[in-house]
Amino acid sequence: MMVNSSDFDREVEVHWCPGCGNYPALKILKETLTDLNITPNNAVIVTGIGQAGKFSHFIEGNMINGLHGRYLSNALAIKASNPELSVFAISGDGCTYSEGGNHFLHTMRYNPSIVNIVHDNAVYGLTKGQASPTSEIGVKTGVQTLGVYNTPFNPIAVAIAQNASFVARAFVGHAEQTKEILKKAIAHKGYAFIDLFSPCVSFNRINTYQWYRENTYYLEDSYTPFDQKEAIGRALERSKLPLGVFYINERPTYEDNIQIYKNDSRPLWERDLSKEKLKTLINSFR
Amino acid sequence: MAIEFSDSISIVLCGAAGQGIATVETLLTSALKKSGFHVFSTQEFMSRVRGGTNSTTIRVSTNRVQSYCEKIDILVPFTREAVSHVKNRLSSISCIIGNKKLFESNSDAQSCILVDVNYEAVAEEIGHRVYSNSVAVGVLAGLLQTDRQLIAGLMADRFQSKGEKIVNNNIEAVKRGCDLADEIMSSNQLPPLPSLINQPSVSSELYLSGRDAVALGAIAGGCNYVIFYPMAPSTGVGAFLARNRLKFGIVSDQTEDEISAINKAFGAWYAGARALVTTSGGGFALMTEGLSLAGVTEMPLIIHLGQRPGPATGMPTRTEQGDLELVLYSGHGDFPRVIYAPGTLKEAFLMTQQAFNIAAKYQVPVIILTDHYFINTSYNLPSLDYENTIVEKHLIETQSGYQRYQFTEDGISPRGIPGRGEGFIRVDSHTHTQNSQITEDPVIRKNMVDKMFKKLQQLKEVAIKPNFLGNSEDEVLVISWGSTFHNVKGAITELGKKGHSLSYLHFSQVYPIHRSTSDYLKKAKKIVMVENNATGQFAQQLYLEFGIKMTRKVLKYTGYPFSIEELVKELEKELK
Repeated sequence: MMVNSSDFDREVEVHWCPGCGNYPALKILKETLTDLNITPNNAVIVTGIGQAGKFSHFIEGNMINGLHGRYLSNALAIKASNPELSVFAISGDGCTYSEGGNHFLHTMRYNPSIVNIVHDNAVYGLTKGQASPTSEIGVKTGVQTLGVYNTPFNPIAVAIAQNASFVARAFVGHAEQTKEILKKAIAHKGYAFIDLFSPCVSFNRINTYQWYRENTYYLEDSYTPFDQKEAIGRALERSKLPLGVFYINERPTYEDNIQIYKNDSRPLWERDLSKEKLKTLINSFR
Repeated sequence: MAIEFSDSISIVLCGAAGQGIATVETLLTSALKKSGFHVFSTQEFMSRVRGGTNSTTIRVSTNRVQSYCEKIDILVPFTREAVSHVKNRLSSISCIIGNKKLFESNSDAQSCILVDVNYEAVAEEIGHRVYSNSVAVGVLAGLLQTDRQLIAGLMADRFQSKGEKIVNNNIEAVKRGCDLADEIMSSNQLPPLPSLINQPSVSSELYLSGRDAVALGAIAGGCNYVIFYPMAPSTGVGAFLARNRLKFGIVSDQTEDEISAINKAFGAWYAGARALVTTSGGGFALMTEGLSLAGVTEMPLIIHLGQRPGPATGMPTRTEQGDLELVLYSGHGDFPRVIYAPGTLKEAFLMTQQAFNIAAKYQVPVIILTDHYFINTSYNLPSLDYENTIVEKHLIETQSGYQRYQFTEDGISPRGIPGRGEGFIRVDSHTHTQNSQITEDPVIRKNMVDKMFKKLQQLKEVAIKPNFLGNSEDEVLVISWGSTFHNVKGAITELGKKGHSLSYLHFSQVYPIHRSTSDYLKKAKKIVMVENNATGQFAQQLYLEFGIKMTRKVLKYTGYPFSIEELVKELEKELK
């Protein structure tokens, strides 16, 4: 059965501000899923809290809109419980790098086959304009009245340093390139991380669509994403920010490592307790 | 006056962490049970890996023995500190059997019967001091008239993987120990110990700890995902399931923190798994936002909470029942939940099993409250009734147009899972519509909250009745909950021998409380509540629910469990 992009549409009012980067992000995801023939029944969209966290409300299919910072834990367990599902973990920079920082670090280590898209707009939208972990030093907000003085979090460099198995950065203003990156992430076996520049038109007057167009470039065709040191070097570039796939490190996934699917591919819900085995175990206490 | 316990012998092994007390306990309890004696053991230990002073109490009996007494018939000290560590439990009938260097100059030992046995010297004769513990097993097994052939077999099983030489040396060590026991008895160094009668039928019974019972109950409940961050005293349940994960197809995850643990359990149940989280109070405190998430999304969750004394780090390897109010009130917002607190191993098995079905059916979090004492206490029991348990999945294959939170008469919306059926499984942490869309509509909000609380009404109907023992004419009603069951029952039995009749009401489900409770409370003239905490948290619940205050509260919050002796003393106060 062919999938149509409209299969992912929902007849609900979308809550984002006009011009929000989340609109093109939503369109890109729907079109990519359609191109890859992933149905709303096979996909699960897991989101956290924030404007990006509302993403799951505006796309048809299975979804969890969970707690602030915890969506990666939800997503990992869904994949481990049923590896047949395509799991998309989507939230913002505050949810992922601040509230959920520990889960971000550790999900990379587990390496479940999930796609993690982090909408990075360098500001808190839902709570109306405070600094985010990726806000640049000096940016003034209603809270950071003298300007941000905390060093910005570098998610790409952190992910590469942690040996995350797929690390990329994209910009919602470049729909076609972003779709290509997303397709690579979906095809990747293991944790695929995309830091997605997605402008906040209401609270971030610096990092606009125009700013991202002028301050980013794509990694060259000759760039090979398998050298961790070189990838880190690119991740540390600040004058112009590279886009594209920084790093790939193929290794066994979490679903492989837990071994319970090795001889039995059925998801957990399909399985039944063996009373015979339980009997043997209980009798071992005699 | 001291209680005699004439049908049992109480043995205490006491020494430093790392000296192998647990090995002696395992071998001895196994040998005694297989010889047909009823056996009980409980461990108290410090929060350190080496050194310190720890002890294990083993009770061997003609009759079923499931409670803790202070009395010591035989003390085996492994260090110089051992005797003083248990000095309050020693009396003129206590025999200290060990290397005299460890107790000869200790004034705490002087009222006891002292028997010099140098386990190490015998072990060195066999080849290495490492065999000392096996010599001690031999001495104790010999004194208790254990089947000697049987012990040799146990030693062979235990040390099989270490090669023939080690097996033979351990068997020799046990034999030498038994010979020493013969010498001790023939030289009349010991007073006559209570003579015990064994029964062949006991030899094939199970010998389990609280940890084992909870973990086996989880497996019987269809648990196929266990998630935990290590924290005493709950880790053992996770480790048990981890060891059995490949056999039963369980995903076992030692996760980065407790916040992740609860949110993984959430994701797992969402996708159709049956997940268990095991933790202690501090870890649970971190999980409470996740508990609230399960509340609003009507997601099943199972949390085993092994209590230890708080606040904060408290006493990591000690016991307390101080987290009842935590589990009862945790999680922001109003939502229903179920709290079990098993008092026996059988209950721990069956209630943990049932927790999975109740959570799946009513789509609520279920918390199983145990504690350090319960987890680390073992005794024999005839069987676990796994054959009559059923794993109830309560899952449907969804149709197109499925709404996860469809309003129904009983408040329970049929639960579907992603990847099964035509419908979409949409779950939202906000107040939501029937199809999980964010809403701020006051009518939907109210209806959704009412829907959740319709389930609480039904959960009250299926609540487990408190266990009433005794006679409704008794003047004093004793109440307790959770792990204190056997010790309170033991104390009431002892008081019965003195001619006092007290009745007893034990709660293994502490929320929601079964409605029959009201009648018991109203009828009682005097009510004594026994709790291992400082404020009487369950007494407070009974007051809130039924408006009845306790006549007396017997509260212990030293970090240690109640003994039969101290409960007898405390309960006697109400009889005067």
